[in-house]
Amino acid sequence: MSEEKSYVADIDRSIYDIKDVENDDFRMKDGLSHEIIDKLSEEKHDPEWMREFRHKSLDIYNQLGVPDWVPNIDGLDMDHIATYVRPKSKMENTWENVPDDIKETFERLGIPEAERKSLAGVGAQYDSELVYHNVKDDVSKQGVVYTDMESALTGEYADMVHEYFMKLVPPTDHKFAALHGAVWSGGSFVYVPKGVHLDIPLQSYFRLNAKGAGQFEHTLIIVDEGADLHFIEGCSAPKYNVANLHAGCVELYIKKNAKLRYSTIENWSKNMYNLNTKRALCEENAVVEWVSGSFGSHVGCLYPMSVLKGDNSRTEFTGVTFAGATQNLDTGAKVVHIGENTTSYMNTRSISKDGGISTFRSSVVVQKSAKNAKSAVSCQSLMLDSESRSDTIPAMDIRTKDAAIGHEAKIGAISDDAVFYLMSRGISEEDARALIVSGFADNVSKELPMEYAVEMNNLIRLEMKGSIG
Amino acid sequence: MGKDNLLEIKDLHVSVGEKEILHGVNLEVGRNETHVLMGPNGTGKSTLGYAITGNPGYTVNSGKIILDGEDITEMSVNERAKKGVFLSFQNPLEVPGVTLSGFIRSALEEREGRIKLWDFIQKLNKTMDLLNMDRSYAQRDLNVGFSGGEKKKAEILQLLMLEPKLAILDETDSGLDVDAVRTVSQGIKLYQEQCKGSLLIITHSTKILEALTVDVTHVMEKGKIVREGDVSLVNEINEKGFENFGKDAE
Repeated sequence: MSEEKSYVADIDRSIYDIKDVENDDFRMKDGLSHEIIDKLSEEKHDPEWMREFRHKSLDIYNQLGVPDWVPNIDGLDMDHIATYVRPKSKMENTWENVPDDIKETFERLGIPEAERKSLAGVGAQYDSELVYHNVKDDVSKQGVVYTDMESALTGEYADMVHEYFMKLVPPTDHKFAALHGAVWSGGSFVYVPKGVHLDIPLQSYFRLNAKGAGQFEHTLIIVDEGADLHFIEGCSAPKYNVANLHAGCVELYIKKNAKLRYSTIENWSKNMYNLNTKRALCEENAVVEWVSGSFGSHVGCLYPMSVLKGDNSRTEFTGVTFAGATQNLDTGAKVVHIGENTTSYMNTRSISKDGGISTFRSSVVVQKSAKNAKSAVSCQSLMLDSESRSDTIPAMDIRTKDAAIGHEAKIGAISDDAVFYLMSRGISEEDARALIVSGFADNVSKELPMEYAVEMNNLIRLEMKGSIG
Repeated sequence: MGKDNLLEIKDLHVSVGEKEILHGVNLEVGRNETHVLMGPNGTGKSTLGYAITGNPGYTVNSGKIILDGEDITEMSVNERAKKGVFLSFQNPLEVPGVTLSGFIRSALEEREGRIKLWDFIQKLNKTMDLLNMDRSYAQRDLNVGFSGGEKKKAEILQLLMLEPKLAILDETDSGLDVDAVRTVSQGIKLYQEQCKGSLLIITHSTKILEALTVDVTHVMEKGKIVREGDVSLVNEINEKGFENFGKDAE
């Protein structure tokens, strides 16, 4: 059992200490300054408005305190935040420095060597670069724009980026949104023109792993009227990053009669503080579906929000969170009903194991204008041992009289009888438990494309290995 | 001994928690024999089934369980299953997210390594047809939302797919309508004939036995086997009921 060591346990701090010594000349002893922002902006050849935007965001960042609703992030060195955003932030990392357990996990997940290096942030892209370009060419024939954010800023769609960038998640939202606004880099820009239905999902997998991107990446997706897109972010391989803060931002605009499915499998290495902000704006009759699997990070705060502005717009959130040893994952979803006849549905599962903490927050707001709104929230938690913790925190703010609102929450443990039943057919205890846990998470795996679902189940199996004393 | 037994149970004492349920059970089942275990409610019939299967909730205080000449008393549940022990559950558990076909395949692969998918599907379909099970059940979550009858059929489907050496059927006929009992009974008969397996059928009623050849009948009372006989014992109990039957035996 021990040879199939489960996962990326919390990483020894000493790795960073060593790195800090090595990179001391890069290290800036103070916090973020306007000077650093200028350097960053110059480096990125920002248009003028973006340079100003970054500076403004920095001011906001300096004014705001750390939000009081997040789990403890004391381990995050906010005083030396500049370390995380050094302009020439090429990963000065080597394969030798990647912790063994991460390497092992790559191996267990069956990821080829070249790709492993890329995922670990130590290699350039290999085949994936090629695949990405092929996909890009393919979709561009249909008029779809799929590019990195930097190119989008100066390219054909520069005005569109200017119009939408951080309008849905303004820097004033919270301290990490402000930080993002000041130092963002990388990410994807997608525009799907009116009426275009993409039959293959676009996968950021090919992009995010490039050149250590993915720390403050910005994803901006605009699905125009009547169009349909499935976008997949991340992959199940543990992503290792020498800097341990991830404050990305995702903004999704779904126009009239359009549909977007946004799927994420997140497995940051377990030293990460994942403070990500995701938001979608639905116009009339638009649909946004979130499919989300959260497995990685040391501390995670993730509450994708859907703003149902247009009449008859809908959202569905399907999520699973797996918090193992040393992990504190605070996840959930928010919905704001503004338009009439708007519908939201959240269906989440959380699993906690070996002292992991999993908190599910749901927030449903039905504004006065949202006549005949419907919302249902269902949350199930599975605790694999008595050291682990699982909390469910629902919040509802309903301002109409005719809203139909439902909420259900269940907390349970793996039933010994079910384990016995599976074992009585020859399945080992470990596999029986893994089967039950994967089955518990099938709300998400059923929604994922086959290869991702298989990966996710492998991931759960790995997390469950060695869990039997 | 003399006889080549598949299963031998020797002076088995089993307790659940503090309470001893089985007070020294002795039982022998020969190869390809069909045994019936009868007795009033709460006498320990299911306990015996669980003890043979190795349910960790049931503690063997003393005695031995021998399968195929090998002492399996201390073996884990899954190891016993791999040696050929099968229990058809009285109340099969619901396992969301695990499909019936996926489950059977995992169980087979656990024993035999990789199996040929095509052959597996062929056999699964054939067996489901035989049991009058809609094929769509194969892709449904294990027992989730199955009716009582479908659950029992799914157990017999597993029996016929896994082909164990020893099948213990715990009240497989309870809660079934007449047609379902007949179908299930046909399935059991097939197991008798094709798999040449041994059966220990725990039952209250005799409906399920009608189509089967019964070799030995055991009657259990208060945690002990109190009487053994041939199939005529089943008829006797059927006529007199356990209460009167018990009185006669004393």
